[in-house]
Amino acid sequence: MALLSGAKILIESLLKEGVEIIFGYPGGKVIPLYDELYDAPITHVLVRHEQAAAHAADGYSRSTGKVGVCIATSGPGATNLVTGIANAYMDSVPVVAFTGQAPTHLIGTDSFQEIDIRGITLPITKHNYMVTNIKDLARVVKEAFYIARTGRPGPVLIDLPVDVIKTNFDYHYPEKVHLPGYQPTYEGNYMQIKAAAEVINNSFRPVIFAGGGVIISNASDELKTLSKTGKIPVANSLMGLGSFPLTDEYSLGMVGMHGTKYANYAISESDLIIAIGVRFDDRVTGRVDKFASKAKIIHIDIDPAEINKNIKVDIPIVGDAKTILNKLIPLIKTVERTEWLETIKEWKRDYPLSYEHRNSNIKPQYIIEKLNEVLSENSIVVTDVGQHQMWAAQYLKFLKPRSFISSGGLGTMGFGLPASIGAQFGNPDRPVICISGDGGFQMNLQELATISNNNLPIKMIIFNNSTLGMVRQWQELFFNERYSHTLIKNPDFIKIAEAYGIKALKVTDKNDVDKAIKEALNYNGPMLLDFVIPQDENVFPMVPEGASLEEMLDYRKVLKETEI
Amino acid sequence: MMKHILSVTVSNQPAVLARISGLFSRRNFNILSLNVGETEKPEFSRMTIVVEGDDHTLEQVKKQLYKLIDVIKVTELNQANMVERDMALIKVNCNKNMRTQLIQVVNVFRGKIVDLSPETVTVEVTGDESKINALIELLKDFGIKEVVRTGIVALDRELPSTTKVKN
Repeated sequence: MALLSGAKILIESLLKEGVEIIFGYPGGKVIPLYDELYDAPITHVLVRHEQAAAHAADGYSRSTGKVGVCIATSGPGATNLVTGIANAYMDSVPVVAFTGQAPTHLIGTDSFQEIDIRGITLPITKHNYMVTNIKDLARVVKEAFYIARTGRPGPVLIDLPVDVIKTNFDYHYPEKVHLPGYQPTYEGNYMQIKAAAEVINNSFRPVIFAGGGVIISNASDELKTLSKTGKIPVANSLMGLGSFPLTDEYSLGMVGMHGTKYANYAISESDLIIAIGVRFDDRVTGRVDKFASKAKIIHIDIDPAEINKNIKVDIPIVGDAKTILNKLIPLIKTVERTEWLETIKEWKRDYPLSYEHRNSNIKPQYIIEKLNEVLSENSIVVTDVGQHQMWAAQYLKFLKPRSFISSGGLGTMGFGLPASIGAQFGNPDRPVICISGDGGFQMNLQELATISNNNLPIKMIIFNNSTLGMVRQWQELFFNERYSHTLIKNPDFIKIAEAYGIKALKVTDKNDVDKAIKEALNYNGPMLLDFVIPQDENVFPMVPEGASLEEMLDYRKVLKETEI
Repeated sequence: MMKHILSVTVSNQPAVLARISGLFSRRNFNILSLNVGETEKPEFSRMTIVVEGDDHTLEQVKKQLYKLIDVIKVTELNQANMVERDMALIKVNCNKNMRTQLIQVVNVFRGKIVDLSPETVTVEVTGDESKINALIELLKDFGIKEVVRTGIVALDRELPSTTKVKN
């Protein structure tokens, strides 16, 4: 009988799960675990703040489809993970987080660095555990990975009291999980699928609304086939970007608050929404009772709780998107929808995404257009949260599945930089571009050290407008231009990058944008580009909060009042 | 607002009660009462949860409960076809002179006297909610010192096999 320490059992279990990389930060209660990691055949990436460990595991998972793993010590290490775990939860990302914990005999005594991280993470994990008996450890790890990656994926946390990982026990990794309360549905009810096909075949103005679930399910090819077979245009949620080629004639781009006009018009005029792997977030629907008010709604989702949660659904199909689409496609007839497709073509022609060019100012949209020209198709773009994120979502054109990594549900500023670390480790041969604002960049800029230490060739692009731009935009439009605490004084980002040994370039003239991007892409190592953009550039179109999707503000309307 | 009674079978795991109660508060669902106890199988517990809400809320409550890994089964009990019990212990001000009168009232409700002191009587009563409410109402005349109630526990009535719906 081979007796192994709990820490060793954990490492062996991770190897069984195929874990190749862990993002983490050591501390008192996980020293035994770090001692085992010292010579384990698993890469450990030392971040500089535990939040970054969780975001890096998240970015790794989104870009590879594998389960991301992070470790933090007890107490503050564990609480620092919380934002990262919540972020993964909101966007259904499979992450397994390990936290150290006080020894079992001290739990409940407020001992040093003791915190109830299981209690804290109850509402932001798919499931969580505290392992108080070494005999449960291997089973719990097996269950955690199974729960994280199956069904609707999500984060799972395992809290490890230090005495448990020091205890020796007979290691045996279970073959199977036994979880009577967890049986995700994959197949989709065939009667419902047939009903959906019938409605689709008889619709005149259908729109496919594809979300992150399509990417998670690896169903992009099926999505394309459905669209082409049925001649149905495709709109995306933010999380769905990359699931359908944005250059395709059937693509409508993003729907919602900052969606394209033609996507929002199409949804509003449609007689049938085929929603796949979406959850009808309020940023998508605008005013709920006006959302797609002329349409029947088919909703395909793996999570039954999403059906009828925000929007009343006519034909729900619970299951895996890929599986269901494969059953649905053979039932779809090719219907000529000339009139509808022509209308959409006109909307695309009459209401394209557009912005005002002004002298030599660098318009953020212009930077993205340049990126479209020079980035290779296998690039991964990671964003932070704010205006730059929306401009990226609107203007990027080359995206493939798992190539647009962005914080959707939680909207976490500070996500971009650490997530790009995870994406680069997961995809060492692909270009990784991290687009941030000056605000969000500063929320985790300590990770420049991680990038520098590992010589990760991430290209960091800051859209620097010296303002917390999205909030400023709301203040301008809805709060009488009272810029309460949104105009910020920034450090010299070039000097900061250089202090970490990272090459950096400040760009202030429109004519230098192209050259700067090319220089960064050709540089074999990390590089930061600080683009100074106008402070008053806003994201348009915009559906004001609580308005219907048709009520979009446009930069031209705003200009009329202020400048023209 | 409709009152619904859910019978929820859960794994007998640590923190399961926190998971359930946390879910209700986070999702803004209103619990009227919650009762938990062991079942015929030691690995499972059964909760009887009384919730208030419209049909949409109820649908979400059930689905969100099912999402919890430790929840095995959620059944909404049909209030016309279930056995429901609530139990209360009621401590009433009652001196010697009043006892006979009190015992008469308690007997009508088939309650039991489970504790006596010179100044108080503690009554145990079991039944459906309305019966207990009625007794409490009557005992108010004596002066109620303290009440504790279990909340509803309930099970489906077993139908005779001939009337069971065949698939």
